[in-house]
Order: sequence, then C-alpha cells, then structure tokens
Amino acid sequence: MARLILDGVEKSFHGAPVVKDLNLTIEPGEFVALLGPSGCGKSTILRMLAGFEKVSNGQIIHGDDCLSSSMRHVPTEERNFGMVFQSYALWPHMTVKENVGYPLKVQKTPTAERNKRIQDALEIVQLEEFADRLPAQLSGGQRQRVALARSLVTEPDVVLFDEPLANLDRHLRATMEETFRAFHKRTGATMVYVTHDQSEAMSLADKIAVLNKGQLVQWGTPQELYARPRNTWLANFIGRGSVLSVAAVAPSQYLNGANLHELIDQHSPDRAASSVLVRPQDIHFVSADDSALIVSVHSCIFRGERYDIELTLKDGHRLLAYSDVPMALDSQHHIRLGQAWSLEREV
Amino acid sequence: MTPSLIKRRFMDSASMDNQLRWLSIGLFVLIATISVLPSLRLLVEALSHTTFSTSSPMAEVLRSERTWIALRNSFYTSGLGTLIAVILGCGFGFVVTLTNIRGRGIWVFCFMLPMMIPPQVTALSWLQLFGPASPILNTLGIEPALGSPQPMYSAEGIALLLGIQSAPLVFLALRTQLISLPQDLLEAAQLSRASQFRIWVNIILPLCRSAIIAGAALAFVSSLGNFGIPAMLGIPAGYIVLPTLIYQKMAGFGNDMLSQVAGLSMIIALLVLAGMLLQQWLQQRSRYALLGHTAQSLSFRLKQWRLLLEILLALVLCFILVAPLFALIVSSLVPALGMPLNAETITFGAFYEMIGRQGVTVRAFENSAFLAFSSALVLMLVSLPLGYLLMRLPMRTRAVIASLIEVPYAIPGIVLAIAFILLFAKPLPFIEVSLYGTLGIIFLAYLSCFLSVCLKPVLSAMSQLDPALEEAAQLAGARPIQRLMDIILPLTAPAFFAGGLLVFLISINELTVSALLWSAGNETLGVLIFNLDESGDSVLASAIAVLVVLLVAGLMSLLSLFAPRLPKGVIPWHG
Ligand SMILES: Nc1ncnc2c1ncn2[C@@H]1O[C@H](COP(=O)(O)OP(=O)(O)OP(=O)(O)O)[C@@H](O)[C@H]1O
Ligand SMILES: [Mg+2]
Repeated sequence: MARLILDGVEKSFHGAPVVKDLNLTIEPGEFVALLGPSGCGKSTILRMLAGFEKVSNGQIIHGDDCLSSSMRHVPTEERNFGMVFQSYALWPHMTVKENVGYPLKVQKTPTAERNKRIQDALEIVQLEEFADRLPAQLSGGQRQRVALARSLVTEPDVVLFDEPLANLDRHLRATMEETFRAFHKRTGATMVYVTHDQSEAMSLADKIAVLNKGQLVQWGTPQELYARPRNTWLANFIGRGSVLSVAAVAPSQYLNGANLHELIDQHSPDRAASSVLVRPQDIHFVSADDSALIVSVHSCIFRGERYDIELTLKDGHRLLAYSDVPMALDSQHHIRLGQAWSLEREV
Repeated sequence: MTPSLIKRRFMDSASMDNQLRWLSIGLFVLIATISVLPSLRLLVEALSHTTFSTSSPMAEVLRSERTWIALRNSFYTSGLGTLIAVILGCGFGFVVTLTNIRGRGIWVFCFMLPMMIPPQVTALSWLQLFGPASPILNTLGIEPALGSPQPMYSAEGIALLLGIQSAPLVFLALRTQLISLPQDLLEAAQLSRASQFRIWVNIILPLCRSAIIAGAALAFVSSLGNFGIPAMLGIPAGYIVLPTLIYQKMAGFGNDMLSQVAGLSMIIALLVLAGMLLQQWLQQRSRYALLGHTAQSLSFRLKQWRLLLEILLALVLCFILVAPLFALIVSSLVPALGMPLNAETITFGAFYEMIGRQGVTVRAFENSAFLAFSSALVLMLVSLPLGYLLMRLPMRTRAVIASLIEVPYAIPGIVLAIAFILLFAKPLPFIEVSLYGTLGIIFLAYLSCFLSVCLKPVLSAMSQLDPALEEAAQLAGARPIQRLMDIILPLTAPAFFAGGLLVFLISINELTVSALLWSAGNETLGVLIFNLDESGDSVLASAIAVLVVLLVAGLMSLLSLFAPRLPKGVIPWHG
C-alpha cells in the first residue's frame, strides 16, 4: 500500500490543454471520486494514471516510485493497477472464468492457485455459478461485476473506474454501488472513480476532486463540498440550492439569517456584489412580518416525499424551496432564510 | 525503493518498448521492399535514360507510331468498356438494391462472379460462344460459314468484355452508397408529393452521382491495365493496346528493350494516376454529408413490375454469364473445335489428357496452388502485426502508409511486372542468387500486389474493436505480442481468413504479372490457359478454364460462409 501523488500534472493534445496543473495526494486505501461535467478531462486523468497516456508535464508518484513524468513512463503492463471500464471491456471469446483468470495467466500463476483466486474473486461479486458462461450470455450488471472481479484478481494497489455505471439502469446502479462499497471495504485498495453523477460520487467516495475545464476546482470530503463549496460554479454543480446576489461580503463564511436579510436589503444593482448559496432546506415559510421576504410561487413540482417549489423574489431572482403541501401558482408568501454560504466569484 | 530496483524497472520498460520497436522496424523494411521499391525502381529506369537527344529510349517510344496507336486503342476500348460497365453496373445496382426483388443474394453473387473469373477465361468462353468453330452454334446447327470472321476479334469485342468484367466495380460502388441512403429521405420526398420520377431525378441520382463516378473511374483504370482480354482477343486480330504492346516488346528482346518497356509502363502508370486523381477530385466536389437514420435502407415496392424485372435481369445474366460459361463447358466436352456436341461426340478426353498426360498442366496447377497458398499465408502472417501497428499510428500517418501499400495493387499488373524485372534482373547483391526466372520473383510480385487485399479486411475488423479490450489486457500485464496473440488475433480471425482466402482466390488465377515473369517449368494456370489457346489448343484450354471457374465459385461460396462473422463490406458480394 502506498500513497499516490499527482504533482503538477498537465496534459495537452496537439497543443490544446486538457488537464491543467493538477495536484492531488491520495492516501493509501482511500476511495476517491473524480467528478466533473462531460469533457472536463476526467478520463484523461484516469488514463494517465493507468499509463495509457503520457503526461505532458509534472509527475505521478506511487510510493517511492515515479510512474510518469516528462522524462520517464512506466508502461501500463508494469503498474499493477486494475481498471473497470465503462464498456466493461470483457473479452468476448473467453468465458467468465478465463476473463477473470487472464491477468493471473499472464503472470504465470500456478494452476491450482489460479483457480482458487478466480473462485475467490467470483465469490466477492457473487457470480460463482456463471463461471463457464461467455460474456454475451450475461446481463449488463453481471458483465460489470465480471469486470470488477477481473480488476481485483491480482490484488492491485490501485483500482481505477471509468464511469462504470453509466450504461446501467437506475435500479441496478444502486445495487452496484453497494457492491463497490463492499468491495472497497474488503480489499482495502486505493480506488479512483470517475463519474459525472454527483450523487454517485457523494455516496461512494471518501474524497472528491471536482474538475471543470481541466482544472481542479475543489478537493475535499463530500460533506465539505456540500457545506462549503468554493465558488458559484461548484455551488450550482453540487447538491441543490440557489445562488443569490447580495451586497459585498467576505467569501467562504456562513451568514446567519439576520445578516443575510440585511445584505439582501442593502443590495442594489449598481454596487459591488457577492454571491451566496441558499440550500432549500434553509428556506422557511412564515406568516407575514416586517423582516420576511415576499415571494410568489413560480412553479410547484411533485417529487413524492415533498414538493419542489420555485419562488420568485421581488427583484426577479429565483429560489428553490421544499414544502410538504402543494402551493398555488402565483400565490404570495413570506419566507425567512435560515443561513447561507458566501461564495468566491468564478474566474 | 533502492536505486537498483529503480534501475531494473527502467530496464524493463526499455525492453518492452523494444518489442514494439523491432516489430515496427521489421515491418517498415518489409513495406519499403515490397511496396515502394518496385515503383521507385521503375521511375528511376524511365527517368535515368531521359536525355533530350532524339535517340534516347524514351524519345524512341514517344516517336514510335505503334505507341500512339496502342494509346488510342487503349482509350477507345477502355472508354467504351467503361460505358458498358456503367450501364450494366448501375442497372443492376439500382434494381437489386432499391427494390423488393426476390433472391437478392443470388443476383449479387452471380453479378460479382465475372469480376472474379480471370480475364483470359472470360475471353476464352466468349470465343467459344461465337465464330464458325463455336461448338454451341455447331450443336444448334446455326454456325456461320467457315472462314467468316470471329466477331470477338475486334475492338468492340474487347470493349464488351472489359465492360462486363469491370461492371461489378461500378455496381459495388453504387450499392455501398445506396445502402447508406436512409428511408427517411424517400419518405420526406413522398410526403411533399413528389412523383416517383421526380424522386429519381431530384434526389436519388444526385446523391449517387459521386459513387457512380468513382465506380466508373475504377472501371476505366482497371480496363486500361487489363492484359488478359486484349491479349486473347486483340493479338490474333493485330489490334494492340498498351499492355499488349509491352508484352510484345518484351518478347522481342532487342537493344534497350527494358528501358523502352519501362517508358511504356510509365505512360500507363501516369494515365492510371491521372484517372485516380480525377476521380478523387470529382468525388470531393459532389460529396454530401448524409443526415438521418440509416436504420432502414431505401426500398421501392414493385408491384406488377417485379416479375418483369426479374426476367429481364435473368436474361442479362444469361447473356453475360451463363451463355459464355455454357459455351466453355460445351467446348471442353467436344473432341475438336468445329464439331457439334451430341451423344456420340461427347468426350471427357480433354480432362483426361489434362490430368493424365500433359505434365505441364499438373505442374501449372502445382505452381499456382503453391504461389497462391504461400502468398496468402505470408500475407496473413504479415497483416496481423502490420494492421496492429497501423492502428496505433496517428490518423494521418496511417493514411499515408495505407495508400503506399495500395500503390502496387492500383498500378496495373503489367507495370508491376516490369518493375520486378528491373529490380531482379541482376543477381541479388551479397548473396549472388538470381531470382529472375524462378517462382520466387512471381511470389514476391504477388506479395507486393496483394498486400492491400489481405490487409483491408484486417484493418476494418481491427478498427471496429473496442480499444478498451486491448487496454484491459495491458492492465492485466500482457506485453504487445502476447496481447496480439491472446486478444486481437482471436477477435479478428474471420477477417484474417477472409483476407487470406481473397488473396488465394485472386492469385490462383493471376495472369498479367505471371505472363511476363514466368519461365519454362514455372508456368502458372493463367499462363497455361493463355499459351494453350495461343497454340490453337482451345479444347484443352477450355477444360482447364472450366476447372478454374469451378474453383473460383467454390472459393467464393466458402467465403460467403464467413460473411456473418465479418465486418460489413469485407466480402464484396455480401452486405
Ligand atoms: N486522444 C485525444 N486526442 C485529442 N483530444 C482528446 C483525446 N482524448 C481526449 N481529448 C479531449 O480532451 C478533453 C477531455 O476528454 P476526457 O475524455 O478526459 O473527458 P471526460 O471528462 O472523461 O468526459 P466524459 O464525461 O464525456 O467522458 C475533451 O475535450 C476531448 O475532446
Ligand atoms: Mg470519460
């Protein structure tokens, strides 16, 4: 087990930068998610870790070992990493057992031990009875579990996942997430998990690196990201909530209700302004009083356990709130804000 | 980590890179030798003697009246042939692809057959169909008077056969395009109340124009380089075209003969090149990006016309394929030309003689089988690493190398043969062995000529593989050669067999290259049929030709068996 360090890693294709100055330190055994919108360079980072792509600048260090730098490049074959692909990448001409056992065959593991380890790996993903099937005879979820078994059979230090659940339906995703979590607990391997689905990242990962346009926006635990997002882009990207313009205030602090209402009152379009994030659970409907804000209902959508209410403020800003009861469109209400988080401006 | 460990790691990665590097270097040398070197040698030969004095071989070629006559004849026969090919190919293409005609697969197979039958066999079977000695006409009792001319011995006869032989090229180009035309296009036009006629003129024809042009250019170029047909039909009538002129000059020896034929081949090569460029230019001007879904290909419902159209197709096929082949079979069963076939005259004598007594026949079969088998095998073995390395190259480099490999296949066989003669006329340096006059030189020429035939299906299969399949093997720790054997080869195996079988099919009948490169004892099947016919032994020639046609049809059917497991378009008569 060793620490994985990305030190100033950069990558460009034909002169166009795709990953810019990336610094991450991943502790042994950590489950890390790389999260970001499509095209932000997540797969590219993963492929540099795997050794499919060389780095243009900076270095990737694993323990005491430099895997990639502009000077040297340890080929994939020698990295002892595992990977689970979005397309599963199962070899269609080999049975489940042969697919899982191939890495051991390449390493010339003796047959008896090989069979035992294949058996163990299949047991973890609960596919023992499918050992002699061909991949074509399996369902999507089963295929992905075979791919998982294959990636863990050599007990790699690091397992990489590239959007492994993107091709599965919602129900299956929940089961597979559970499988991944159990798998992580059991093997204790370091995992780097690429996804563009924030709820997947939040529910699985110990730490999340959020990327935008090739740049690291924030690096922290899911709780940190949710509670203290750095800038407006991230606030819009993670969790649900509304970004409001208020009078200028220092970034990265929590504002209580009283301060917040004051800042909203002081805000005028011709003065310097800041942005704050208001989560829907911090919006309370109150009876009319002086300090409350007056809003009208713009839309009301049934979500099962509650209603999503979109409110319009006097100045035209939109706010997302939750309610247990439906509300008539265009009806007037009074609200009070519990707290808000002040954000950095996006550069 | 200790320094020694780091060092070991470093050495490991260096050795891994070596595997790929040696593979690349080896293949680079191979391609350079068999693809680029011959063309370069030809260019050098043609240019090195180009002085501006009037006595240089090139000047002599250009001054000779025969050159210009042959050039004009070549243009005439190829042009007329292309016209015939376009009419036949488009007719078949539209009917077979766009309508709900029955038995589509069989029509396509039959129409593609003429392309696969060697030209000298085609020529021979048409010769047996017409003329005073025609066994069929004799059997039917309607033979023309003795001494009346054989109608096939003429420019138009040559053009007709060139047209039939190259019609499948037009057909294929058109069919590929038509298949990709989405049904929505037609429906959109129908919704806007366009008549059937308007749909044809305003929508289908403009969208197919580029494909038809491409097919026509291919037909023209391949007719220009065709040797078998003008040799069998033109030489007896004293009608020369460029390839037969080269052949006759080669037979004539004489001073700086080689430089003269090199010059002539350069003329053909330049014409072919010009044709190719023109085609590319025209095609680029009329290329439309096709939007829409291709889920369902365009298809017209024929109602009462269907049977009529089917009968028409059958008649045309009878004329261009069945009748000549039938004539060929009849000719192989009569004791001598000019006799009718009936219960008393029927004899398998020609077949017995061919197998039993004529040592040369058996030898030619052996030679051709050996050449075809070994070139198919070698090319299959080469295609695996070559395709693999090509797929790893950046797009642009890959395109350049792929077109270099294409060159020997695109230039006419007669030109390639001259290039190989120039290259190997002298003993090889260092080892002092001469390949000239052995099977070895034909073998090398085949490798050069057919590399692209074998490589194309392999490349198309490889490009359809998900790259993650190989990357997964890389993560499993497999090195390049192991990945090639364990993952890539099994997944692309059908394409390899298809490529190898195609090479076998084409090279077992090959005439043009071997006509110039053969020597006593090293005859090929193609040369044998040609020589037998030239010496007046048409019955024997027909018997061999019948076997050749059976062989071709058999191999094509064998390939059809692979078709479901291959990428679309790998087997021309499928898809
Ligand atoms: N081999 C390549 N050559 C050129 N550009 C590339 C290459 N691979 C990726 N890119 C570009 O790099 C950028 C990032 O690609 P990447 O695949 O890493 O995105 P991603 O974050 O994984 O997106 P997605 O969520 O859609 O998979 C994209 O703009 C892409 O076009
Ligand atoms: Mg991706």
